[in-house]
Amino acid sequence: MLELKNIVKIYQGGTVNETCLFDEFNLTIPEKQFVCVVGSNGSGKTSLLNIICGSIPIEDGAILIGGENITRMPEHKRHRRIGRVYQDPARGTCPSMTILENMSMADNKGKPFNLMPCVNRKKTDEYRAMLAQLGLGLEDKMGVMVGNLSGGQRQAMALLMSTMTPIEFLILDEHTAALDPKTAEIIMELTGRIVAQKQLTTIMVTHNLRYAVEYGDRLLMMHQGKLELDLSGEARKDLKVEHLLERFNAISIECGN
Amino acid sequence: MNLLLSVLEQGLIYAILALGVYITFKILDFPDMSVDSSFPLGAAVTALMIQAGISPLLTLPVSMLAGAAAGVLTGVIHVKLKVRDLLAGIIVMTALYSVNLHIAGRANVQLFSFSTIFKNELVASLPAAMQPYVPVIILAIIAIAVKLLMDAYLATRSGFLLRATGDNATLVATLAKDAGKVKILGLSIANALVALSGCIMCQYQRYFDISMGTGTLVLAVASVIVGTQLLRGFRFLGATTAVVLGSILYKGCVALALSLGLSPFDLKLVTAVLLLVIIIFGGQGRKKVKRHA
Repeated sequence: MLELKNIVKIYQGGTVNETCLFDEFNLTIPEKQFVCVVGSNGSGKTSLLNIICGSIPIEDGAILIGGENITRMPEHKRHRRIGRVYQDPARGTCPSMTILENMSMADNKGKPFNLMPCVNRKKTDEYRAMLAQLGLGLEDKMGVMVGNLSGGQRQAMALLMSTMTPIEFLILDEHTAALDPKTAEIIMELTGRIVAQKQLTTIMVTHNLRYAVEYGDRLLMMHQGKLELDLSGEARKDLKVEHLLERFNAISIECGN
Repeated sequence: MNLLLSVLEQGLIYAILALGVYITFKILDFPDMSVDSSFPLGAAVTALMIQAGISPLLTLPVSMLAGAAAGVLTGVIHVKLKVRDLLAGIIVMTALYSVNLHIAGRANVQLFSFSTIFKNELVASLPAAMQPYVPVIILAIIAIAVKLLMDAYLATRSGFLLRATGDNATLVATLAKDAGKVKILGLSIANALVALSGCIMCQYQRYFDISMGTGTLVLAVASVIVGTQLLRGFRFLGATTAVVLGSILYKGCVALALSLGLSPFDLKLVTAVLLLVIIIFGGQGRKKVKRHA
C-alpha cells in the first residue's frame, strides 16, 4: 500500500514566483491497484510521480510504502521496488549500448553490480522471446545500438526493462505520449498485459482519456494540485470518454483557457 | 629507426594516459581537468620512492593508488559537494600542484643514478642486441595489459553501470543504483591510470619536473579523438585498441612534424589547430549524405 500524507510542495519558494502546488495533499493507493491519472498541464500529475519516486523534494508531509516511511529515502533506493517509464523514450534505455547489453543490465537490477560478467549468453534466447512478443522485429537486432532504434521501439524496450525484475510499483509518466497512435496502442496493450501478469501496483499518467477509461481500475482527475475526480468500482464502470471530456472542459473553462 | 622506437615508446606511455582519459572524457562525459596534476602526481610519488631505494616495480601500484585517491577527491567534490565538474577538476588540479611539490621535495628531481623498471640488473643481463628494444617491449606489455584489463572491466556489471552513467544517468537511478558513486569510481580508475602513466614517464625520462603535467589533458584528449574518429572505419578494432593506436599515431605525427622542421615553439599551436580540424571534419557522426532525388 502506498500512502501520501499531508504532502506540501512549493515551487520557487522564497521568491515572488512562489507557487504552492500541493497543500496538504492526501492519497492512498491499495496494493495491486491500477490507477490512471488525468488532468491539464500544471495540475500536478508529474509532480505527484516525482514525489513518489523521490526525484523532487517535498516541503512537508510523509510518503509511506506498506507502512514504512520512505520520505527521506534517496531516489535510487526507492527504485529497488519501483519501475518507471518516462515520456521521453530516450530516458529508459542507453543509446550507445546494444539491445542485448541493455536487456542484460536491466536483468541485473537488484543484484550487486560487481565484477561478474554482465551479459549472460544463456539468457539471450529468453530476451529474444520477450522482445518477440512486441512484434516490432527487435528480436533479430540484439547487436544493434539502441540509439539507432525508433522512439516506439525504445519505449517498448524501456517498458520491458523496467518490469523485468521483481518490483512492486510501476510508474508510467505519459509513456505513450511521444508515440504515433499505432505504436501507442501496441505499448498500451503490452502495459495492460504486464500489469495483469505481474500483479503490479500501477500509477499511469496519461493525456489519452480513452486509455484512462479503458485501462486500470481507478481514475483520478487532478486540477491545481487537488483531486477533482476519484472514481473506482461501480462509479467508474459506466464512465464514458464523453463524460470525462465534459468534466475536463468544465475545469479548463473555469481557468479561462 | 631510433625515431620510430622513441615514437612507439612515448606513444605507449601516453596510451595508458589516454585510456584513463577515455573513461572520463568519452564514457563519463566528464571534463576532468585534474589530469594535468594527477599525471605529475604519479611521477612525484615515483621519484620519492626510487630515491628511497624502493623497488621500481612497487612504484607502479603505489602511484596508481595515489592517482585513484586524487580521482576520488575530484568525484567527492563534484558529487557530494555539488561543485560543477569542470570546477571540481580545476580545484583538485591546483591543490595537487602543491602536494606534488611536497612529495617530490623540489621542482626538479634527477634519477639518473637509480635503477628503474627500464634500467636494472635483470635488463642488464639481457643480450646486448636486445638492449635497444627493451623499453618498447616493457611498455608494450604494460600498455596491452592495461588495455585488456580495461576491456575485461567494461564487460562486467560494474563496467556496464559505468557506461550507463555517462550515457543515461536517469536509467542508473531506475536500476536502483547511485549514479554519483559510479562517477566517483570512474574518476578514481581514470586517475589511477593517468598516475600510472606519469610514473612510467618519470622512470622513462629519469627525472621528475613539476611542470611535466602541463597540457596532459589536451594531449590525451587528442589521442582519444584521433583514435576514435580516424579509426572509426575499422569497426573490428575495439574502442580501447583505437585509443592506444590513436596515441601512437598522434605521437608519430608530432615527431614527423618536428623532423620536417616545425619549430618546437609552434608545436602547441599546431596541435590545437590539428585537433580542431579533426573534431570539425571528423564530425561526431554528422556525416553529410548526398541526396539522390
